[in-house]
Amino acid sequence: MEAFVRETGRAVVIPNDNINTDIILPKQFLKNILKTGFGKDLFFDWRYNADGSLNATFELNKPAHQGASILITGNDFGSGSSREHAVWALTDYGFRAVIGGGFSDIFYMNSTKNGLLPIVLPEENRKILRGIQADETIQIDLPEQTVIYKNDTFHFDINSQWKEKFINGEDDIDNTMKYEQLIAAFEKQRPNFG
Amino acid sequence: MSKTLFDKIWEKHVITGGIGEAQLIYVDLHLVHEVTSPQPFDGLRNTNRRVRRPDLTFATMDHNVPTKDIFNVQDQMSRLQMDTLVKNTKEFNVPLASIGDDKQGIVHVVGPERGLTQPAKVIVCGDSHTATHGAFGAIAFGIGTSEVEHVLATQTIWQVKPKTMGIKVTGKLPTNTYAKDIIMGIIAKYGVSFGVGYAIEFYGETVQNLSMEARMTMCNMSIEAGSRTGMVQPDQTTFDYVEGREQAPKDFGAAKSYWSQFYTDDESDFDETLTFDVSNLKPMVTWGTNPGMATPVDQFLPEIKDDNDANAYDYIGLHPNMKPVDINLDYIFIGSCTNSRYEDLEIAANMMKGHHLAPNVTAWIVPGSRAIRNRAIKSGIAKIFEDAGCEWREPGCSACLAMNPDKIPAGKHVASTSNRNFIGRQGVGSRTHLASPAMVAAAGIAGHFVDITTDEFV
Repeated sequence: MEAFVRETGRAVVIPNDNINTDIILPKQFLKNILKTGFGKDLFFDWRYNADGSLNATFELNKPAHQGASILITGNDFGSGSSREHAVWALTDYGFRAVIGGGFSDIFYMNSTKNGLLPIVLPEENRKILRGIQADETIQIDLPEQTVIYKNDTFHFDINSQWKEKFINGEDDIDNTMKYEQLIAAFEKQRPNFG
Repeated sequence: MSKTLFDKIWEKHVITGGIGEAQLIYVDLHLVHEVTSPQPFDGLRNTNRRVRRPDLTFATMDHNVPTKDIFNVQDQMSRLQMDTLVKNTKEFNVPLASIGDDKQGIVHVVGPERGLTQPAKVIVCGDSHTATHGAFGAIAFGIGTSEVEHVLATQTIWQVKPKTMGIKVTGKLPTNTYAKDIIMGIIAKYGVSFGVGYAIEFYGETVQNLSMEARMTMCNMSIEAGSRTGMVQPDQTTFDYVEGREQAPKDFGAAKSYWSQFYTDDESDFDETLTFDVSNLKPMVTWGTNPGMATPVDQFLPEIKDDNDANAYDYIGLHPNMKPVDINLDYIFIGSCTNSRYEDLEIAANMMKGHHLAPNVTAWIVPGSRAIRNRAIKSGIAKIFEDAGCEWREPGCSACLAMNPDKIPAGKHVASTSNRNFIGRQGVGSRTHLASPAMVAAAGIAGHFVDITTDEFV
C-alpha cells in the first residue's frame, strides 16, 4: 500500500452527513473483479445526470476542484455496506485523505488498508475548513497528527498502530506472517468437538 | 473478574497484542461470496499464497443470483463474478455451494442452516450483515475485501477490541409484533449510528423468549445502528437449533458444556447500557431513506426537522400529515438475510392464507436458501403464496440490493422485509418501506400498510 506521511493538497467540500457506501459507489459497480478503475464512478448518482452527462453543479465536477486530494465531509461517512470498493473509488479518483465528523467502523478499517487517511475532526474545526477556496491548500502532517489550514492548526487522534502502518505503507499479510509460529500454536489448542 | 459474553469469546481468540491496540484474532469460520472475493483470491495468486484453512472456509453465491431463472445469468459481469468464484474455490480447495446446489442460498442464512454457525466462534465475511451470526452467541462481523484476503491467507484478523453495549429488552411482545419491529423500534429511537464503536449484546427475558430466527433478525440489523456486531447469549434454544445439523459438532455434549461458559456475568460489565420496553410496541414502517426514519404504523409521519428529512420526503414522495396506512404500494418483497427464513415465510403465509394480492401489487417471495425453498414447497407454504398471486422465487439476495435482475422500478413503492431503505438500494429511484414479514404480507393483500395489531387481524 502507498505510504502516507504528509500531504499538501486542495480540498473539495461535500458537507452532507450520513454519506453511505451506496452513495460513494453504487452497487452496479461492485461487479468488477479488479481493484482499479472505480474512480470514474465515484459518487455516481450525484456526479452524473440521468442521460450520463456531468452534473455541473456537483462540487467534484467543478473545474476549479480538479486534482483535489482531500475530501471534507460530514458525520457518519461510509456507513452501510462493507464494500471496500468505496475506498478504492476514493483513492482511484485521487483522494489521499477524508476529513469528517465520524466514520463507520468498517469504512475506517478499509481506509487503513488502502492508504486513505480518515481524519476525525469536530464540527467547530470542520466549519472553518468548509470555508476553503478552490485555490487554497490544506496540509496534513501524520507524524504530528495535525491538519493545518491558513493560521489554524487542528490536532486529530489516530491509533498508534494504524499511524505506523500509514507511515510505513506496510502489507498486512507479510506483517502477520511474522507471527506464524504463534498462529500455529494457537491452532493446536483450539477447542475441537469433531 | 466479571466479564461480558463478548469479552469472554474475544479473549479466547487473541493470538497476540495488548489491550487498547490492534490484536491478532483467530477466525473460526470465514464465509465467502462472489462479490467480495475475486480481488482477494487474485491477491493470493499474485503473491503465491494459499488459503491457510480451507476447512474453516465456506463459499456460496447469493448477491448476483437471478431468482426467476436461476441458471440463466444474463448480466455478463454477474456471470463473470460467479464463474470466478467457481474457478477460485476449485483452485484453492474451498468448499462451494453453487447455484442449483442443495446448500446454496444467502450466506447468512446458509451458515446457520448447515450448522457452521456455532456459539463462541469468531465468524467473518466480506458483508456487513455478518452480524446475523451473533444470534448464536458468536462474535460475527463484516470485513472489507483486503481483510478477506488477509483471513484467507492467515486465518486471522487484526482488530482493536470494540467497547460493549448491552441492550436490555423488556416486556411482553404484543401479538403480531416481531423481532423486526423491536430492532426497527430501537433504531428509530436511538438513531443509525449509536452503535458505532460498540459490540451490542441483546439480553433480557424478551430476547430469551425469541426463536433463533427472530434473534438472527435482530442481530442482522445491528449494523443499521452502526454496530458491526450484535449478539445474544447462547442458551438451550441455541443448542437445540444447532444440534443435528450437518456441520454440528459430533461430540455435541462436550461442545454444549464448552458453550455454556459464555455469558455476561453482570450488566455492569457493559461499557454502555440501554433499555427498550416492547410492552406497547407497534409494527414499525420506514418512511424515509435510512432505517432510523421509521414510525409506528398507527402514527403520523414525523414533521420535517432538517434537510435530511426534507430530502428523504422529496425522494420517497410522502409528506408529514400522512400515516403508513396511506402509503399505496406497487410491490412487496419478502426475502433477504434479515427475513427469508422458514419461520418468516410461515408468518407471512399465515397472513396471506385465503386472500389474494391487491390489484396492481406485484409480490416476490424469495426464500433464503434452497433448503428453505424445498421445505416450504413440501409444507404447502409455497402454494399459499402462489394462490395469493405471488411470484415464488429461487434463493438469493434478490431485491434487497438489486445487484441482480430483481429491481424495483423508479418511483414505485415497495414494502420490503429487507434491511436498508437507502436511496436507490432496491433499484434506481425505488421507494423502500421496511417492515416485518407479517406487515409486508398484510400490506400486499390490502395494497397499503395496515395495522395488524387491530382486532381484524389478531
